[in-house]
Amino acid sequence: MRLNRLIRMLWPPVLLAVVLIAGWQLVAEYGIKNPEVLPSPSQVVSAGWGQRRAIAHNAWPTLRETELGFAFSFALSWLIAGAMDFSATVRRAVYPLLVTSQTIPIIAIAPLFVVMFGFGIGPKILLVALATFFPLAASLAAGFANADADADRLMRSMGASRWRIFWTMRVPGALPFFFTGLRVAITYAIGGAIFAEYAGAESGLGIYLQQMQQVFRTDLVFATVAVIAVGSIMLFALTYLLERWLTPWRRHEAEKR
Amino acid sequence: MTSDYLLETTGLTHEFARPGQSPLPVLDGLDLQVREGEIAAVLGPSGSGKSTLLNILAGLDTPTGGAVKVAGRGVAYMPQKDLLFPWRTIEDNAILGLEVAGIKKKPAREQVAPLFAEFGLDGFQYAYPAQLSGGMRQRAALLRTVAMNRPVLLLDEPFGALDSLTRTQMQLWLADTWQRHGWTIVLVTHDIREAVFLADSVHVLSPRPARVVKRLEIDLPRPRTTDTFALPEFTKLERELLDTLLNVSS
Repeated sequence: MRLNRLIRMLWPPVLLAVVLIAGWQLVAEYGIKNPEVLPSPSQVVSAGWGQRRAIAHNAWPTLRETELGFAFSFALSWLIAGAMDFSATVRRAVYPLLVTSQTIPIIAIAPLFVVMFGFGIGPKILLVALATFFPLAASLAAGFANADADADRLMRSMGASRWRIFWTMRVPGALPFFFTGLRVAITYAIGGAIFAEYAGAESGLGIYLQQMQQVFRTDLVFATVAVIAVGSIMLFALTYLLERWLTPWRRHEAEKR
Repeated sequence: MTSDYLLETTGLTHEFARPGQSPLPVLDGLDLQVREGEIAAVLGPSGSGKSTLLNILAGLDTPTGGAVKVAGRGVAYMPQKDLLFPWRTIEDNAILGLEVAGIKKKPAREQVAPLFAEFGLDGFQYAYPAQLSGGMRQRAALLRTVAMNRPVLLLDEPFGALDSLTRTQMQLWLADTWQRHGWTIVLVTHDIREAVFLADSVHVLSPRPARVVKRLEIDLPRPRTTDTFALPEFTKLERELLDTLLNVSS
């Protein structure tokens, strides 16, 4: 039953991917015939497999920067969005800054962060946080603001404090919004880390990409990109698992529709 | 001590401040008397300041003038919308008021457990609100209100959002359940039929600024059942209230 549904859900994207990869293989093998310009998928896979130790060795620091940066951004977004929910003044003061933070091009600021904070993990964490902070904080703030004013009145009539209302009513109500923001943010997270490494790092997929480009190992560039993509997709899928686990009631809402 | 009433307002006035204009009077010397164990309906045309009155009775607003006297720990307020939290099971929605009052989840659940059968919700303790019908959700919201254990229940058009048949079923159910519990209820409604069927007394409000233009005792026999609707007195009272409302609204 469940397997059937899974198959029905998965065959269109799988089929499309197979067709695209097959097309790419044909074009690379019989059309372009130059692996430095466009390696075929099979070349990418075998080159990537051959260098799996090097790729894995560089993937760990990137993953670590992503994790730490995202965790930092996550904590900060709850703090800021929470403060915005408690005080209209804070909200008015902070919101424009939030939007501005999103307009800063990571490419421009990454080298600056390296100059300011060095080649260590610090500037990477900051850049990942910068890339992911806005969708997290904005979706959370929107979730808080969406709370039903009548539910607020109900709880106040029960004698609930502002703090109690926040935790009992506003936080759970904001979760569905937050997960939407989380999904957007998580796709930026690895990208942010890669950009940060581009600007200067000792190891990491960003540095590895740069090195392989310099020696025209296009096949390994593609292999690295594939690893980044798979990693991002896995993080993306993780948000769905997390959502299922943390908002179990939403399954029943979906059933009704 | 001297008052016979569980809830009483005397000369309640309320004004809304308007920047650059004179304040808007909403309540104008409103007197309510609610005896212990009665259902007192507050009937008014729309826009008559009912929600302002509700806010004041629920303790969410302080009136500009006059006094509200409520016995004991005050009223338990049931808003028009059921406002069941979709992320809480029916059981956990029911204990919301108790939790806010500082009672831990487990004893609170034990305390509300016997109410579920009475409210026709037995077996739905662990269901989420989205799994319930409109009538059941409304009963769950009332259960949450009753569970707060306050001397007066303040119900704001509790069945207003339901379809007509479900509404009648709920009115019959409430009349029947009330018979066994004898709750003191303030029922705010604009449904004349509902007021006559459920209430012991009806306070008719004027349009804004609201005051009580008529207080009518409903001495229809109890228990009230479907037969009540067919009583000649029922029709007479309904007619009298309709005339009063039409008069004050024109």
